[in-house]
Amino acid sequence: MPIELKMPALSPTMEEGTLAKWLKSEGDEIVAGDIIAEIETDKATMEFEAVDEGTLGKIMIEEGTEGVKVGTVIAMLAGEGEDASDIDAPAQSGEVDDVQGEGKDVGREESEAEITKPKPKPKTDVRDPDVPEGTSYTSTSVREALRDAMAEEMRRDERVFVMGEEVAEYQGAYKVTQGLLDEFGPKRVIDTPITEYGFAGIGTGAAMGGLRPIVEFMTFNFAMQAIDHIINSAAKTNYMSGGQMRCPVVFRGPNGAASRVGAQHSQNYGPWYASVPGLIVIAPYDSADAKGLMKAAIRSEDPVVFLENELVYGRSFDVPDMDDYMLPIGKARIMREGSDVTIVAYSIAVGLALEAAQELAGEGIDAEVIDLRTLRPLDRETVLASLAKTNRLVIAEEGWPTCSIASEIIAICMEDGFDHLDAPVTRVCDEDVPLPYAANLEKMALIDTPRIVKAVKKVCYRD
Amino acid sequence: MAKAPKSKKSPAKSPAEDTDFILHSLQEALEKDKRYKASGEQLQHFYEQMLLIRRFEERAGQLYGLGLIGGFCHLYIGQEAVAVGLQSALTEGLDSVITGYRDHGHMLAYGIDPKVIMAELTGREAGISKGKGGSMHMFSTEHKFYGGHGIVGAQVSLGGGLALAHQYNDDGGLCLAYFGDGAANQGQVYETFNMAALWNLPIVFVVENNQYAMGTAVKRSSAETEFYRRGTAFRIPGMKVNGMDVLEVRQAAEIAFKHVREGKGPVLMECETYRYRGHSMSDPAKYRTREEVQDIREHKDPIEGLKKFMIENGSKEDDLKAIDKDIRKVVSEAADFAENSPEPEASELYTDVLVEEY
Repeated sequence: MPIELKMPALSPTMEEGTLAKWLKSEGDEIVAGDIIAEIETDKATMEFEAVDEGTLGKIMIEEGTEGVKVGTVIAMLAGEGEDASDIDAPAQSGEVDDVQGEGKDVGREESEAEITKPKPKPKTDVRDPDVPEGTSYTSTSVREALRDAMAEEMRRDERVFVMGEEVAEYQGAYKVTQGLLDEFGPKRVIDTPITEYGFAGIGTGAAMGGLRPIVEFMTFNFAMQAIDHIINSAAKTNYMSGGQMRCPVVFRGPNGAASRVGAQHSQNYGPWYASVPGLIVIAPYDSADAKGLMKAAIRSEDPVVFLENELVYGRSFDVPDMDDYMLPIGKARIMREGSDVTIVAYSIAVGLALEAAQELAGEGIDAEVIDLRTLRPLDRETVLASLAKTNRLVIAEEGWPTCSIASEIIAICMEDGFDHLDAPVTRVCDEDVPLPYAANLEKMALIDTPRIVKAVKKVCYRD
Repeated sequence: MAKAPKSKKSPAKSPAEDTDFILHSLQEALEKDKRYKASGEQLQHFYEQMLLIRRFEERAGQLYGLGLIGGFCHLYIGQEAVAVGLQSALTEGLDSVITGYRDHGHMLAYGIDPKVIMAELTGREAGISKGKGGSMHMFSTEHKFYGGHGIVGAQVSLGGGLALAHQYNDDGGLCLAYFGDGAANQGQVYETFNMAALWNLPIVFVVENNQYAMGTAVKRSSAETEFYRRGTAFRIPGMKVNGMDVLEVRQAAEIAFKHVREGKGPVLMECETYRYRGHSMSDPAKYRTREEVQDIREHKDPIEGLKKFMIENGSKEDDLKAIDKDIRKVVSEAADFAENSPEPEASELYTDVLVEEY
């Protein structure tokens, strides 16, 4: 059988090219590796190398021909024992119809089905656990709640371990891992050098290898050095492997503005990570949510980015005294019920929103406050149900306004809640500048309660 | 709080504590006896595997030319002895392997069905990643092959994590992490060297030095071109190996794996090799001369080299030809399968983004 030599595609985008030059003539012996021709693409002149051995039979496309489509037979090669001069030109048909996608596909009939996202399941099974009547509560700091969650999961599952800078002997830069080294030993509480990209990769790889790492970043500002592993290695692997390779890692640490630490140490990465399919992004406010969601994050089969807040670590809230207090990922919480307006917030801004609601109550405005808790997947249903009730909505976010969670909530309200709106959805965010150091400027740049109150009054037409 | 249970056995001495540590000890062991004494059966197996990679990659190149393979496609032609020599020395079902985007050869060296690899290259449902990964993103957790990573150097720290899992589970396994001379200049490689040595991780770092990081020759990109020396700053012993000789690679693997399995920490092995094709299919390879490539092909080809050795040791040329014929058939079947399998169902677009439902 003579072999057809076809015009090769020499780049991902090449559809045609110029057959610049034949370097072999009809009748020439060809061995694998010989350069037979030169082909010009839009980017470069490429050498066309023989893979098969034989004798060059007929040249079908003369040199200098432009616009030769990829796949066109350009010459025939006679194999061992064949007469090169006796080769017929093949019929230039036989082209396989391209059904779908870029590859030449002969297999599948085009599906009639629309390529739509599967509808999310009704969230009836996704709700906070009932706290039985008579349950006692213990006032616990967010810092301790996070530590308790990790310790409980480490007792429950041998595969769970913590790694990061100063997590072991120093007891945590912000004391979140306090006591873990004493209880679990250095094998499971691992101090790393200051090497974020490296240890984020090692943590991710350990999750691929079957462990359950909790990777602490001293702050998420430093995770920018490691963001490649969070996104390219952790978030995408399950998809790229067709569901074979899981990556159950938790990346956690403080996020958002701290206090007077300047621009490089003060940034909210919630919107960054929440834009990435394949990640779960959690940003709790109070101690009970921090505990219940941290336990859920550690048990999740998916990679989780868990965003804490340094300014909230020391605040205490009631945590139910329950054996295994787990909360559902992807479910917002109504922190305060109200009927006039909805304030959507997450992380530290929840506290500001609650303060604002209290102040507004004094002025006769009954605000509902929603804590998103999970930023991806976002609980659209709870937001839209509240909007349908109050018809007015403000988002309070400690972070920049552009391409923010606030922008996303506004888009959701426009797409699916438009008919319920009595006023434009409004956002209250930080000012659109790097965070300044000077005390007065920092205060001016950050979101605060008066700004939320003002925005709520505006959407209630009470300003 | 309860005290952590004491480890059963005391951890091996880390290189940092060992004042007599000799960074060149493994190289010296290799120099003493450079070539692995393979049985006739093993020789034939090496020959078959290298030839399978060669023919598979040639065919992949052709399918790319026909538009059946899209995007980027990095061929392993010329480097076959590295993957075959190293992976033949692994303990099946225990050790793990991770590499970069030039990954077809490593998968074939594992004995993974060429059909599902080729079908992944053509983006079909039957592909090993259901057509959702492509040439650079292939995995087989069944074989403990962890990819297939498209970001240059990322696999090195991920490999460190796989090694950490071996150590954590105390399963006696090791991780083999491949990277190229290009990736060797990425910072995370050295971050990983540091932690691997500090924690005594069971890992063999393998630099497949094919002389060019895309279009940049080693001497234009690297202040230290002897990559095996680059572990010295972390007290990781280095080995320099002729990556065009499968028997030398296998011998080096025996020495390195023994060292790691004894709990002595990581090894850095540089395999000097050469890729015959461009960096990817769209690379015109103008940065080197035609003569340079031909010279390597004629004088250092790993498959021709082994063939010559086998014939000198009693193999019959006809038998080797018959192997080639059989392999061409296997590759043809894989190509036919890959061409004729259907593309993924539209419903696959939204599957595997997350494992759980929330």
